[in-house]
Amino acid sequence: MKKIEAVIQPHKLEDVKEALKNIGIDGMTISEVRGHGRQKGHKEIYRGMEYQVDLLPKIKIEMVLAEARAEEAIRTILSSARTGKIGDGKIFVFDVAEAIRIRNEDRGEAAL
Amino acid sequence: MRMLALHLLAASALLADDPAAAAARLANLEAAVKSAQSAGDNAWMLASAALVLMMTGPGLALFYGGLVRRKNVLATMMHSFILMALVSILWAVVGYSIAFGEWTPFFGGGQFALLRNVGPAPNASYAPTISHQTFMIYQLMFAVITPALISGAFAERMKFSGMLLFTALWSLFIYFPLAHMVWGKGGLFNATLGGKLPAFDFAGGTVVHVSSGVSALVCALYLGPRQGYRVEPMRPHNLVLSTVGACLLWVGWFGFNAGSALAASGLASSAFVATHLAAAAASLAWLAVDWIQNGKPSVLGATSGAVAGLVAITPASGFVQPFPAMLIGAAAGVMCYFMVSTVKNKFGYDDSLDAFGVHGAGGTLGAILTGVFATKAVNDVWNGKPMGLVDGNAWQILNQIGACASAWSLAIAGTWIILKICDLATGIRAAAPQEIEGLDLSMHGEEGYNFEA
Repeated sequence: MKKIEAVIQPHKLEDVKEALKNIGIDGMTISEVRGHGRQKGHKEIYRGMEYQVDLLPKIKIEMVLAEARAEEAIRTILSSARTGKIGDGKIFVFDVAEAIRIRNEDRGEAAL
Repeated sequence: MRMLALHLLAASALLADDPAAAAARLANLEAAVKSAQSAGDNAWMLASAALVLMMTGPGLALFYGGLVRRKNVLATMMHSFILMALVSILWAVVGYSIAFGEWTPFFGGGQFALLRNVGPAPNASYAPTISHQTFMIYQLMFAVITPALISGAFAERMKFSGMLLFTALWSLFIYFPLAHMVWGKGGLFNATLGGKLPAFDFAGGTVVHVSSGVSALVCALYLGPRQGYRVEPMRPHNLVLSTVGACLLWVGWFGFNAGSALAASGLASSAFVATHLAAAAASLAWLAVDWIQNGKPSVLGATSGAVAGLVAITPASGFVQPFPAMLIGAAAGVMCYFMVSTVKNKFGYDDSLDAFGVHGAGGTLGAILTGVFATKAVNDVWNGKPMGLVDGNAWQILNQIGACASAWSLAIAGTWIILKICDLATGIRAAAPQEIEGLDLSMHGEEGYNFEA
């Protein structure tokens, strides 16, 4: 099993969700996060006082998939989240040791 | 018209038959006219009193609440709200009497203490057509908002108990006496009721804005800057609240300025127009400077500008014509912008929400410009004698400066002494960990935004 963690532009969330649903993936956890990589922040000015805002709002998508489906999901996120500009985000992939469904204690891929 | 004249003729013919009945009917008519005027004036003044209270809560509470960081939003709103309660009680016990009783040029006597002798009958010296109680409650609303304005300077770091004590002492020893000097019968600066150094202050530029703004500067200097000032970002957490607050201030200010005519009169309309146009001009002026200096026209700039204009027109509103009102507004918009963006940074004092930059500076500018633009064409308070520079009385500018200088001195010395006393009695500054945690939690045990709830 693989865990896919993708940090994307907030305005791309709907596109990504739609694209994943089209390939039959609809289980995911979404969080609103803030961060920055190479994308520079922006300047805000309040009554002449300047503030550099480095941490920008992003959306983090987390999902755990059967190994066989991981690559397809990654491709789908790549194509649906891309705008081609700095700030599009990153995808991280992890190995998952175990998955357990709390309701009936299914384990492994059966729990996904 | 012709019909009316015929009726009147017929009536007088009838009345002429019986002079006693005629006199009685005339007396009845006069009483009815007086009562109708009184009802109109009283209605407008009660509405105005409510409008001025609305300036403190929610107006100022929202305006200031949005400008602080999220962790201090409740504490900041509380600085305004609790004064609606605290100052009201002080006012009823002694405040009104100190401000509007008669005694010395500096301090009123005790004849209205505990609101004795303040009933439904009008007080002829102050407002002959409205209930004395209406006049009293209207003036109270000014006493409430004035110390609330100061809270902009000590926001995000004041201890709550210290703030209560400070406000109580400040009201007793600075606001009430100053209100007496400017508006009380026999007060030092009272232009119409026997002041020795008559200055024009229609709606409280000196009493409310200069006194609170200058005291705010003293508070900012005495308390020192917030933890992390100029190191951590201290952005306003919610400009939506601030914008709504500024709009409510603008609307409430009609009660403040037009209401200061103390009657539903032409003068009230004149003050209403001057107030509105000054706010509009000031908003555009601040926005223009902001746009030129920073490349973008900020919403906070537009709203701050409107408030600066409202402050500056306050003393002048019942004495100036519409175009001078716009000039006063525009001048305030530009000057206050530089006060908060340049002067504050140059000197490094932490006037958190710019109470001094807007109210102290804008109030002083407005008071002086009142001496320039006050004219008998609007409000002939001196029975034909010239009033401001535009009437040919240049000396008035000196009187205006004199009144401002007195308010500055009283505010500086008084506020410093009161802060010292409060510092010794209750402490005035939140401890560093309390300040870092945020005053909402550390002072009040609550949070403004409970996202989990």
